[in-house]
Amino acid sequence: MIQARTRSPEDTKNLAAAMAELAQPGDLLLLVGDLGAGKTTFTQGFAAALGISEPVTSPTFTLAREYHGRLLLHHLDVFRLDQISEVLDLGLPELLDSDGVILIEWGDAIRQALPNDYLEVALTFIEGQPGPLDERMVVLTPVGSGWQARADDLTAATEPWLEASSQ
Amino acid sequence: MTAEESPQESPAIVLGIETSCDETAAAVVSGPSDVLSSVISSQVDLHARYGGVVPEIASRAHVELLTPVVAQAVIEAGLSDHDVEAVAATSGPGLIGSLLVGVSAAKSLALVWDVPFVAVNHLEAHLYSSFLEEPDLELPVVVLLVSGGHTLLVLMEAFGRYRLIGQTLDDAAGEAFDKVARFMDLGYPGGPVIDRLAMDGNPEAVAFPRPMYDDGYDFSFSGLKTAVVNHVRNNPDLDVADVAASFQEAVVDVLIHKARKAAEEYRAKGLCLAGGVAANSSLRERLLDACVAAGISGFLPSRSMCTDNAAMVAAAGWQRLQLDGPSPLDTGADPNLPLPFILPTEPAA
Repeated sequence: MIQARTRSPEDTKNLAAAMAELAQPGDLLLLVGDLGAGKTTFTQGFAAALGISEPVTSPTFTLAREYHGRLLLHHLDVFRLDQISEVLDLGLPELLDSDGVILIEWGDAIRQALPNDYLEVALTFIEGQPGPLDERMVVLTPVGSGWQARADDLTAATEPWLEASSQ
Repeated sequence: MTAEESPQESPAIVLGIETSCDETAAAVVSGPSDVLSSVISSQVDLHARYGGVVPEIASRAHVELLTPVVAQAVIEAGLSDHDVEAVAATSGPGLIGSLLVGVSAAKSLALVWDVPFVAVNHLEAHLYSSFLEEPDLELPVVVLLVSGGHTLLVLMEAFGRYRLIGQTLDDAAGEAFDKVARFMDLGYPGGPVIDRLAMDGNPEAVAFPRPMYDDGYDFSFSGLKTAVVNHVRNNPDLDVADVAASFQEAVVDVLIHKARKAAEEYRAKGLCLAGGVAANSSLRERLLDACVAAGISGFLPSRSMCTDNAAMVAAAGWQRLQLDGPSPLDTGADPNLPLPFILPTEPAA
């Protein structure tokens, strides 16, 4: 588990951009966090680093959007999907087979439908502590062998944002 | 067909079908703007307990509701099946499962009745909704299209000639209403709830940010949503009506400021509202005030014409048939279909 801290939405984008440098075809990232925690902001920074120039907007309405950059990026919002059958309807298995990178917002809800190889990115507000309201705790948890093998690279890429305890 | 041949008479009576999100709708329109019937069956009650449209529930409901809704539209128009001369359906953007229900039904009806099928872009249909009630609206107009899925400022020079002036870079305006309402446990859909609460609140109680206020024509509502969340987390005892009123004021301020600026810069003859958020009472009032101040005409479609309906789909279908004829029967549904026929945007002289 890697614990990082960002100080502003811009900082969250920069962290995401640093992580995007490690992205490989077929990668799956689960973005977990409350409303306003910065899931779409993270995705925007990640997409920009993949060379995607068009605006990355919230996928809440149509559930899935696709962007073309250095890698294909699929951006999904599954907040309203509470059944596994709906995840299958979205074509998730096909997306996982494709060469793109998949970012799923609210991924927590559909964890049991996912393969056992992903990086969880949990964004949380920082409670009861003085400091700007825009600060966020970002906890990265590699699940499965693919991401665990890259844990050292991930630590190196996110070094400027790491909390003292996880360094 | 060669120029010598007499052109086939263009269809006049168009049946429109709209199933892009959570309204199942059918309408019959004669010519560009004569609405003979418009039937809307809302699924909002089915989705309320989930705090948003649930795709699978929406598709199933469309399948159940569409046949009676189409039948009712034809009957209310005082027609029978063989009077329908073309069938139009929304083919995107929207929820893929929902879109497929309407597109498949429209193609089937067109085949059975042996009339043309025409695929309609949902956003283009919204742009056209003002003309159903105000056919003589003078062009060009700036249309502020605000809904749960979209936030666009479009200069409409003619049907099929648009310039995209601005759009949201993250959340749609209606999405911000829904998400703020959900965060504050106010229920779904968020727009009407916040509109109602705001009437008893002080819009100046909290100075929420006006994102990108003087920064071009694009919009950003994600940061405003987060500002509301932060504020409520830190001040849990705040009056809910005050928060609702202050949030709504921030959204409306930005929308009106940019719409008016666009209308002036592009020398539009008028300013129109479209989309579900156009039902918001503060937005409607402020838009008219802005038009008076700018010396241009303002047009507010009735609430039933702002929200998703099939009359705008039939009318846009009629226009599409005039411009480029029927759509092939292998036309698919596209959840992320962009607004078509966008011209390059140049700053006005």
